[in-house]
Amino acid sequence: MTEPLWGIAAVFETPQQLLEAARELRRRGVERLDALSPFPVHGMDRVLGYRVPPLGWVVLVAAVVGASLALALQWWTGAIDYPLHVGGKPLFAWEFSVPVTFELAVLLGAFAAFGGMLWVNRLPQYEHPVLCVDGLARVSTDEFVLVVEASDSQFDENRMTRWLQELGAVRVERIPGRGES
Amino acid sequence: MAEVVLHSGGLNPPLVEGPTSFARITDDVCRIVENKPPRAWYVAMGISVTLTLILGVALYLLFTRGIGVWGNNQPVAWAFDITNFVFWIGIGHAGTLISAILFLFRQRWRTSINRAAEAMTIFAVICAGMFPLIHVGRPWRAYWLFPIPNPYIDMWPNFRSPLIWDVFAVSTYFTVSLLFWYTGLIPDLATLRDRARTKLARWAYGLLSLGWRGSARHWSAYEKAYLLLAGLSTPLVISVHSIVSFDFAVSILPGWHATIFPPYFVAGAIFSGFAMVITLLVIARRVYNLQHLITLHHLDNMNKILLATSLIVGYSYAVEFFTAFFSGNPYERFVFTNRAVGPYAWAIWTMVFCNVVVPQLLWFRRFRRSVPWMFVIAILVNIGMWFERFNIIVTSLHRDFLPSSWGSFRPTVVDFMTLAGSFGLFLTLFLLFLRFLPAVAMAEVKAVLPDGRQEVRA
Repeated sequence: MTEPLWGIAAVFETPQQLLEAARELRRRGVERLDALSPFPVHGMDRVLGYRVPPLGWVVLVAAVVGASLALALQWWTGAIDYPLHVGGKPLFAWEFSVPVTFELAVLLGAFAAFGGMLWVNRLPQYEHPVLCVDGLARVSTDEFVLVVEASDSQFDENRMTRWLQELGAVRVERIPGRGES
Repeated sequence: MAEVVLHSGGLNPPLVEGPTSFARITDDVCRIVENKPPRAWYVAMGISVTLTLILGVALYLLFTRGIGVWGNNQPVAWAFDITNFVFWIGIGHAGTLISAILFLFRQRWRTSINRAAEAMTIFAVICAGMFPLIHVGRPWRAYWLFPIPNPYIDMWPNFRSPLIWDVFAVSTYFTVSLLFWYTGLIPDLATLRDRARTKLARWAYGLLSLGWRGSARHWSAYEKAYLLLAGLSTPLVISVHSIVSFDFAVSILPGWHATIFPPYFVAGAIFSGFAMVITLLVIARRVYNLQHLITLHHLDNMNKILLATSLIVGYSYAVEFFTAFFSGNPYERFVFTNRAVGPYAWAIWTMVFCNVVVPQLLWFRRFRRSVPWMFVIAILVNIGMWFERFNIIVTSLHRDFLPSSWGSFRPTVVDFMTLAGSFGLFLTLFLLFLRFLPAVAMAEVKAVLPDGRQEVRA
C-alpha cells in the first residue's frame, strides 16, 4: 500500500445480505466495522455489538429540569418578586402552574432528544472519508454498505476484499484517507 | 445463520401500490424537487403570493391605524382574530397526530403522509401564532408576553392567566414540531444531497443534512430520538388545544365556561386538521403523480378518522346544549337558545351541517374512496370548523349579562383581507415546502416495504 487508505466499503443489494456479511466479519474477529443503509436495518446494533445510547434518561433529566425551572419561575416571579393580588387568589399554587410546567418539561425534553441524538452521532460533521467516495452516493437511495476501517487489526486489503466478495458484495470501493480524494 | 422474519401484511392492503423498489421511491419523491415544477405549481404560487401580499396590506393598515380597522369592539372584543387563531392551531393538530400518535400506535400507513402533514402543522402554527401577536394592539411590545426581565414595566407575566399558558403552549408546540419534523428530514436531506446536480443544491442540502451518513450507529440514536420526540409530542398536542380551550373555559362567561371544552377542542382540532390534510394531499398527489405512494387506502383511513372525530364533535355540540339546560342557569340557557335561534343562528346551522351532517356520508365506502366526494366533504369541514370557533367566540360575547351592554359584530374588509391573507401565507409556505423539500418521508416508506421489513432474531 503506497497511498493512505482509510478503509474499504462493500456494496450489497439487500439489508439481509448486509446483516449476514456484518455478522460473518464479526465472527472472524473484525472489530472496526460500520454499516451504512438508506433506512434503519433492525438487528444491526446487536450484530455490531454496541450499546444503544441511553437517550431516554437524558430526556427524563432534561424534562425534570424543565419542570423545576418552570415551577421556580412561576413561584419566584408571582409570589416573591412581583406579588400581584387578583381577586384574593393565591400568589402561587400548583394547580395553576400545571400548564406552564408541563410545557417547559416537554420543551427541554425535546431539545435533549434532538441535541442528544446529534451529540451521540457527532453531527454536524461535514467531513468524513465515507462522504468523499462518489461510488457510495447511492447509500442514501438503495445500497447497503459495509465499511471496514483500515485501522482494524485484521485488516489486509486483498484478503478483506476477497472476504467481502465471497459474502456477496456486488462491488468493493476503496475509501482514501484524508488529504486526497 | 440469520433468521430473517418477513412480516406479512396480513389483511391490510399494500402500503405502496404497483411495481416498486427502493430506488423508485427515491426517484418518485426527489424528482418533485429536482425537476421544474408543473404549471399548476406556478398558478397556485401566484394566487398564494397575491393573498400573502393582501395580508401585508391588511397588517400595514392594522399597525398604522390600530385595532379599530377590524370589526371588534365591546362587547365583541374577540372576533375574527381569535377565531382564526383557534382555527389555524387546530389545523396543525392533525400533523402531530399523524406523525406522533399514529407512530406510537405503529400505524405503518402513516409513513407516506406524515412529512406533508407535519409541514402543514408548522405552517399552520405560524399562521396561528401571528393572530394573538397582531391582536395585542402594539405588536412591537409582544415580547412582554414572555417572562423576560423588562426595564420598561418592571413586572412579570401573570401566570394565573390562561392567556400566558397559551403563550407557552403555542411556542413549545411550534418548537417541538419543528425539531420533530427536522429530525425526520435529516436522512432524506442526505438523499437529496447525494443526488444533487448543481453546486448550490449540493451545498444547501449538504448543510441541512448535517453530514448524515446513514451509519448503523446514526440510525440507532436517530430511531431512539424519533421515538422519544413522538412520545413527547403526543401529550403535547393534547395539552396545546386543551390550553387553547382554557382561554375560554377558565373565564366565567356563559357559553365558554364548560368542562367539556378541552376534549371537545382536541377532537375538533384533529377533525379540522384531517380535513386540511385531505384537501392538500388530494391535490398534491394528483399534480405530482404520487397516487401509488399516497393511495386510496391512505385516504380511506383518513376519512375514517374524519368520521370518528365528526361524531365526537357532534356529541360535544349536543352535550353543550344539554348541560346548558340541565344547569338551570338562566344565562347559560339564554346563550344557547340565542345561538340556535338568535341573530347568528345561520352560523351555528352552517356549522352543524358541515361538521355533523355532511361527514355522515363517510359511513359509506363509496364516499370514502371517491376523491371528488372526499374533497368536497373536506372543504365543507374546513368551513364548518371555522364557523365552530366563530360561534363559540362571537355568539357568547355579543349578548352580555345586561341588555344595555348588548351589541353585535360585523366584520370589516380588513378582517376578510387578514383571513384570506393567512390562507395565502399558509399555502405559500406549503408550496415552497413541496418545491424544495422531500414531500414524502422516503427512508420511512422504504422501511415499510416488504423488502425493508425484516427483523433478525439473534
